[in-house]
Amino acid sequence: MELIRKYPKLFQWLFLLSVFFTLCFAIDVPETYKFIRGQAEFVKDPNQSTYIFLGKEVRYFAFDNFWRLPPLLGWLPIWINDGLFFLLNEWMPMEFWNEDTQEFKTRPLVLQITRNITAFMTFLIEFIREILLGGVETIVAFSSWDWIDKNPWAELPGLPWTIVAAGATILSYKLSGKGLALFAGFTMVYISIFGQWKPSMQTLSFILVAAPLSFIFGLSLGIMAYKSKRVEKALYPILLVMQTMPQYAVLVPAMVLFGIGDHAAVIITMVVAIPPMILLTILGLRAVPPEVIEAGKMSGCNNWQLLFKVLIPTARRDILIGVNQVIMVCFSMAVIAAFIGAKGLGWNLLLALNQLNIGLALEAGLCISLIAILLDKMSLAWANKQEDYFGNLTFFQRHKNFIFFVGAVILGLILAYSGSFIFKDTFNYLFEIPHNKGISTAGFWNKGVDWIFDTFFVYIKAFNTWLITEVLQPMRGLYLRMPAVATLVLVIGAGYIIGGIRSAIVVGSLALFIAFSPWWDRALVTAYMATFGVIASMIIGVTVGTICVQNKITTNFMLGICDIFQTFPSFVYLIPVMMLFGITDTSVLIAVIVYATIPATRYTIEGLRGVPVALHDAATMSGVTKFQRLTKIEFPLAFPHMMLGLNQTIVFALFMVIIGAFIGTEDLGQYILKALSDKQGGGKGLTLGICVAFIGLIFDNLIRTWVDKRKKHLGID
Amino acid sequence: MSDAVIKCESVYKIFGANAKKMLQDANGNVDAQTFQKNGCIVGVNNASFEVSKGEMLVVMGLSGSGKSTLLRCISRLTDATDGKIYIEGQDLLSLKDKELIELRRSKMGMVFQSFALLPHKTVVENIAFPLQIKGIKTEDSISKAMDMVKLVGLEGRENYFPRELSGGQQQRVGIARSLAVEPDIWFLDEPFSALDPLIRKEMQDEFLRLQEKLKKTIMFITHDFDEALKLADRIAIMKDGIIEQLDTPANIVLNPATEYVKKFTEEVPREKVLIIEDVMDAPTTENLSDIKVSKDEIIENVAEKILTQEKSVNVIDENNKIVGTVRPSKIIHTVFGGRKNNS
Repeated sequence: MELIRKYPKLFQWLFLLSVFFTLCFAIDVPETYKFIRGQAEFVKDPNQSTYIFLGKEVRYFAFDNFWRLPPLLGWLPIWINDGLFFLLNEWMPMEFWNEDTQEFKTRPLVLQITRNITAFMTFLIEFIREILLGGVETIVAFSSWDWIDKNPWAELPGLPWTIVAAGATILSYKLSGKGLALFAGFTMVYISIFGQWKPSMQTLSFILVAAPLSFIFGLSLGIMAYKSKRVEKALYPILLVMQTMPQYAVLVPAMVLFGIGDHAAVIITMVVAIPPMILLTILGLRAVPPEVIEAGKMSGCNNWQLLFKVLIPTARRDILIGVNQVIMVCFSMAVIAAFIGAKGLGWNLLLALNQLNIGLALEAGLCISLIAILLDKMSLAWANKQEDYFGNLTFFQRHKNFIFFVGAVILGLILAYSGSFIFKDTFNYLFEIPHNKGISTAGFWNKGVDWIFDTFFVYIKAFNTWLITEVLQPMRGLYLRMPAVATLVLVIGAGYIIGGIRSAIVVGSLALFIAFSPWWDRALVTAYMATFGVIASMIIGVTVGTICVQNKITTNFMLGICDIFQTFPSFVYLIPVMMLFGITDTSVLIAVIVYATIPATRYTIEGLRGVPVALHDAATMSGVTKFQRLTKIEFPLAFPHMMLGLNQTIVFALFMVIIGAFIGTEDLGQYILKALSDKQGGGKGLTLGICVAFIGLIFDNLIRTWVDKRKKHLGID
Repeated sequence: MSDAVIKCESVYKIFGANAKKMLQDANGNVDAQTFQKNGCIVGVNNASFEVSKGEMLVVMGLSGSGKSTLLRCISRLTDATDGKIYIEGQDLLSLKDKELIELRRSKMGMVFQSFALLPHKTVVENIAFPLQIKGIKTEDSISKAMDMVKLVGLEGRENYFPRELSGGQQQRVGIARSLAVEPDIWFLDEPFSALDPLIRKEMQDEFLRLQEKLKKTIMFITHDFDEALKLADRIAIMKDGIIEQLDTPANIVLNPATEYVKKFTEEVPREKVLIIEDVMDAPTTENLSDIKVSKDEIIENVAEKILTQEKSVNVIDENNKIVGTVRPSKIIHTVFGGRKNNS
């Protein structure tokens, strides 16, 4: 009795686990059970049960309700699909003026709106693309084809690559100094020499449209949420789900609404990039000291002046960090959006991966990573840049960079023009190096891959087989062996023990949603892959983090590495693992582990480093050894922050598991990917995405609740 | 009183969901504890006072006493729950947003404890900020701001950013900014609390010098009783939202109204606070020494002179007219008598 009173939580956990295992052993696997592949609603089978909800028939294989819950939400995807279809094709038909045919045409409102947005986006992308690469569509949009035919001088070529490179270098120098300028110059020259100029500029033009639009929308929504509690309450759940939703899942509904192509890619990128911008805007505005706001009010600011002259400039840094996040999401999406036809490096990367041309994929991946790192560093430098006072500078000093840029433009134009004489018979390398005329290392890499395969095939294969048969298959079996009821009890019980009745209800309803969807089995597979990845990542991350934090140099080195790795678009991770392990579950899992180790390491380092120096000194003075200090002082204090790291690790792992579906897995991700090529995929893609998001949110809720309590208990913020 | 610039009539500020209703039910009899039980926190409890033109009222209280809340009610950074506030006869609480902004742009200036400077603007830009908000042209506002820079002694640093300044310098900028629109009413919310003791003293002297020149109507908030004594024309001592006593520094030191006030006065060096007028007796003709002291002298400055006499000393006013006498024993009693250990 005394023990129970001393460790009440421990006994609650023990009780929960015993209930869980009792349920697991008490409920047998039904004889008819086989892994549900989820296509229940298509294959007609006399053994299926059916029910009809809101006029939609749902077919499914019924089992004992304790073993697997019936898919009571099976109608949801169909219903979303029909809803989308109805909105797009039937709702509110109206007369619209058609420019091309010069007549009024009847069209449903939503269709007209989406087409207008599409036209606008396409125009923006074309406009920037033509500045960078040349073309006439924008000029035509303001004149006509006839006009262009009569005035051939208006067919302007794009900017020579030398000018863009010089521009990037000068801008980097202004933002951060010599180091970044050097990197910018190197990146641009590399891209050009390796013949990736055109796809790079396509990707860049796509980002130059998506990022500013996301910024404007995110900032405005963030301000609205800051001003009005009601807006914030309405936005918050959406933001939460969007943060954990795999980006694949949004592809399909966007495709239904906006078709395929660069414009759809921009829209979907905005959908993904706006939430972090909103969050950081709110965060930044909240962090403005109340006295500064009061000072603004007492200076006689009206609401607009207060917003634009006091609040936003004071929150500048957080808002610019938001811009940085937006840019990073845009790069990540530049590859994923290639699935719905975004041109550029992502498209090339996807194509190369599909052909298993690892060398080409590596080149494209390297390019996109380099540009991503460059833009990341540039936007971060902008965020951290303190304004200088320009009052007493001469005209030249003040406009130094601009003058240099003008000089670079003139020089670049001269070079490009003279290039047209030097390279008369071939391509004008001083203007643009064509895609297939650059240096290519693809052959070398492909040979390298072949060599690795030839040399290490036996070992890799042995490791692969061992991992799959000895670890992965049994683990997967165990996960699938769990009766649905037992899993639900475990989740709800954990919620109750950690956060009380409120948490139990939240996580319980999230889990029930998945259990009632037609994809419970697949969700279990997703969960198993994520679990494996998270455990491995945490072990590696915590160990590496703990070792690195012992020394200042290694700490900064490791954080730098984390920064760079985090900048890589997620898809890039698949390239090296496919190189080494081919197309297996192992590849996916290794990509997951590498990707999810980043937050695990980073949060460990940050947590341990955040332990107050005074405590360090106090511990040293009480004569502890280094090891004692680590276990008795540093770990307990850093633990809450490390748990937040676990939270991030789970999100990252889930994310990569879903992306791994590209290689081929049997989980939710595979279905999301399938939904892309499915006419009725919109609703399915979205529902599947929500399922994945909910898996993430269950852990998010549990961990956050625990951390908050623990932090309060320890008295640290 | 017609020259009351600030006038408060039973002002209440109560935080909480149904504060208004609870206040009505309480019928003017507000008890902090019963309110707290019902989820309301009493910030200001029935505050009534006036500040006349050119006067400096120091509101003194410990943290949580409601002094800052009172100031924010009067500057209408928060809306008072009940009561009337008049600024130069205008009913503050009935002003529309536009009129309020106009009032702040022309009549009010405020200094904050944490300086509250805009981090992205230079010293001179920060000072010019209220002027530019008003719509004054950039050059005019900058030249006006430069005058203010000189006034607070920051010449040569006008193009620094706040992050490059020390705390004392930052607060000078805050003071200059609050004075830029030449307000009649000056609010200071613990302006020197975040500064080191030495800098604080320097800033207090500087502040007195400025006030000598500018003669603003001032509400000054502090938690430091010594600071209040040093600066104030009158002091209001607050506790739990209630003004415990509102009087001149001398009267507070000599006649504390409540036990709470008394606790503050016990440790006060009276010779530094009181002037001769506070302790003198009626003029007599007997037993007089031949030296004279002015009635406005602080005791500390003339104590030695008086105490070396055996007889009483004549007290004169500015016209050299004898208005009273003071006995050496009275000085000794005032300075050392009534202390905890002696009594």
